[in-house]
Amino acid sequence: MSNAATPASAVTKQEPGGAVSFYGVWLLAAIALVVLPLVFSSGGSLTSFSLIGIAIIFALSYNILLGQTGLLSFGHAVQYGLGGFLAVHVMNAVASHNWPIPLPVIPLVGGLGGMAFALLVGWVMTKRAGTVFAMISLGIGELVASSSLILRSVFGGESGITTDRTALMPLFGWTFGPQIQVYYLIAFWVMVSAIAMYALTRTPLGRICNAVRDNPERVEFIGYDPHVVRYLAYMFAGFFAGIAGGLTAINFEIANSAYLGATQSGLVLFSAFIGGTAYFFGPILGAILVTYLQLGLTSVTSVWQLYFGVIFIGIVMFAPGGIAGILMKHRPLIRAGTLRSVIPSYLVAAIPTLALALGIILTIETVARFSGGDVINLLGIPFVATAPTTWAAAAVLLVGGFLVARITWRRVAEAWDRAATVARDRGYLA
Amino acid sequence: MAELIVISTLNGILYGMLLFLLSSGLTVIFSMMGVLNFAHASFYMLGAFFGYQLTRWIGFWPAFVLAPLLVGAVGMAVERYGLRNTHKHGHVAELLLTFGLAFAIEEIVSMIWGRSPVDYRVPAVLDFPAFTVFSTNYPAYKIFMLVVSVVIFIALLVTLKKTRVGLIVQAALTHPSMVGHLGHNVGRVFMLVFGVGSALAGLAGVIAGPSLVTQSDMAALLGPILFVVIVFGGLGSLPGAFIASLLIGLIQTFAVALNGSLASLFGPLDPSLGASPLTDIWNVTIAQVAPILPYLLLVLVLIFRPMGLLGTRES
Repeated sequence: MSNAATPASAVTKQEPGGAVSFYGVWLLAAIALVVLPLVFSSGGSLTSFSLIGIAIIFALSYNILLGQTGLLSFGHAVQYGLGGFLAVHVMNAVASHNWPIPLPVIPLVGGLGGMAFALLVGWVMTKRAGTVFAMISLGIGELVASSSLILRSVFGGESGITTDRTALMPLFGWTFGPQIQVYYLIAFWVMVSAIAMYALTRTPLGRICNAVRDNPERVEFIGYDPHVVRYLAYMFAGFFAGIAGGLTAINFEIANSAYLGATQSGLVLFSAFIGGTAYFFGPILGAILVTYLQLGLTSVTSVWQLYFGVIFIGIVMFAPGGIAGILMKHRPLIRAGTLRSVIPSYLVAAIPTLALALGIILTIETVARFSGGDVINLLGIPFVATAPTTWAAAAVLLVGGFLVARITWRRVAEAWDRAATVARDRGYLA
Repeated sequence: MAELIVISTLNGILYGMLLFLLSSGLTVIFSMMGVLNFAHASFYMLGAFFGYQLTRWIGFWPAFVLAPLLVGAVGMAVERYGLRNTHKHGHVAELLLTFGLAFAIEEIVSMIWGRSPVDYRVPAVLDFPAFTVFSTNYPAYKIFMLVVSVVIFIALLVTLKKTRVGLIVQAALTHPSMVGHLGHNVGRVFMLVFGVGSALAGLAGVIAGPSLVTQSDMAALLGPILFVVIVFGGLGSLPGAFIASLLIGLIQTFAVALNGSLASLFGPLDPSLGASPLTDIWNVTIAQVAPILPYLLLVLVLIFRPMGLLGTRES
């Protein structure tokens, strides 16, 4: 019975080298994590890598909710922040009592903190999914963020609570004072958490989470309670968010109420969604991109958050699968060998789309810098924000770019349809 | 004490009516389209800033009419070119679109008008004390706000209950697809309702701007409370939204006015206990707790009555 060919396995076409390539990807990721700081060893890039690592864990934990279970949370930073605060308090306690607990264990404490809070509020929160859950998560987020300013002895008010990561017991001679050691600690936890979260998606619980996302009624028919499944998913998400929070506390040696706030919750939602929630690696891409943009854009423009908003709206409207969704759409074409017929239309569409993007950037920067009369440096060309020529250039790029781009996008869609039809005819799903 | 009660009741009803101007639009939009409009509070903020800018250019009264219309036009454009295209990707995508919009609108507003409060003043015609209760002068502008929101409330009620348009909207609240089958252009009804809802939010912004603070974070401050109101009242229930608006308006106003704490009630704690969460809770005043009261209320309602006060819908 078991070796009878089921339709599912016939469609997915298991390759013989599947296991090798599967473990190869993880091995490559691990090697990349080890080698990266050796290649880019400056202090700035080390800090960036550390932040990106934390963002990856946080975004992946968010995707347990949004991608796997279909729960849209607007308050995921609560578990992250509470994990961070617990980590700071435990670090201070460990240091003052000289307990033999090394620093690498601390993120686990943060994770348990996040999980404990999820355990506490999760049952009420996950009673209903959909819009109601989204609203409740927002309310709980506001509740915790506002309460943190009242409970000053625990959360330290506006200034937060500081700690000293080097005060803990050294491990194998590592004091975790230098950033490189903290980076390797974060990299270790990124690897462990990513593997654990991937494994979670392969367990029966992970599968039933997907079922609850897609059709809770059917799940009830086969004897599971969707409420319990959502509750469990919420706890796991809280656990990994807490790990990320604990790592942040170690990285910055401080925890403050901003960790719990709506901005942090919004950023993780942006990361996960821009990356793509339908695939496991989507939030990783999103976390890398969003953190990189966040670090890179702040020095270039004062309105960097607006660019996030624009990118996010663009993704929601035109590519709800995120970056991962766009990439994975090409897989059947690559396999069928029809990708080549699409590429010319991409190249043609790229030019007006780029012009449109430049038009948007120029418009935003012109408005932002109008009162200051500053100079906008775009692709090495200086534009004066108060000059009518700049406005004209922005208008031409914006309107012209949009009108031409719309035609080329239509061409892309046509070329895409032809290639996909061929791919489907050759037996690859498109 | 009597003075405090009278003034706080007046202010509470005023704040509640303002909340209802916003939550009514939000509720109707949610019931009809299934979209929880995250950007609704942003339309309120846009109303305040448009009102401020137009007041500087052409005076308060033209601004009072034009700004809500402008916001309504923005709302209709959002529905027509944003939500309608996103609809095929499902409700989560629609919710996320409005979330992104709320984020972008806040950034755009602070980009244009800056992050500090703008000088949006009460018009000179209304800048006098209307009456004196005990020793407090009650400003005429607040009475004007109250009158406007009550008039809009009555107009809304009459439109919904007595006119043909209201009939269609009411039918679309519960049976949107049936309304479509009966030959109404549901798309246009949606766009109009979205526009009217946004315009109401804009109107609330125009009249609230001079009285409260007109600043680029006003949407982020009010938005979550708005969601509490409609979840508390029961998603999709207009009477529920009305009761919840008034209730939360009164609760918050009274809480801000009261200065008591557990310490003032039972005397201070023994100082030898040191700083702990208990001393924090003991010493915090009711006024300081005011911002979190709506959320506490939300949690309580969810535990004891998950549908909300008058809600009937599951999702």
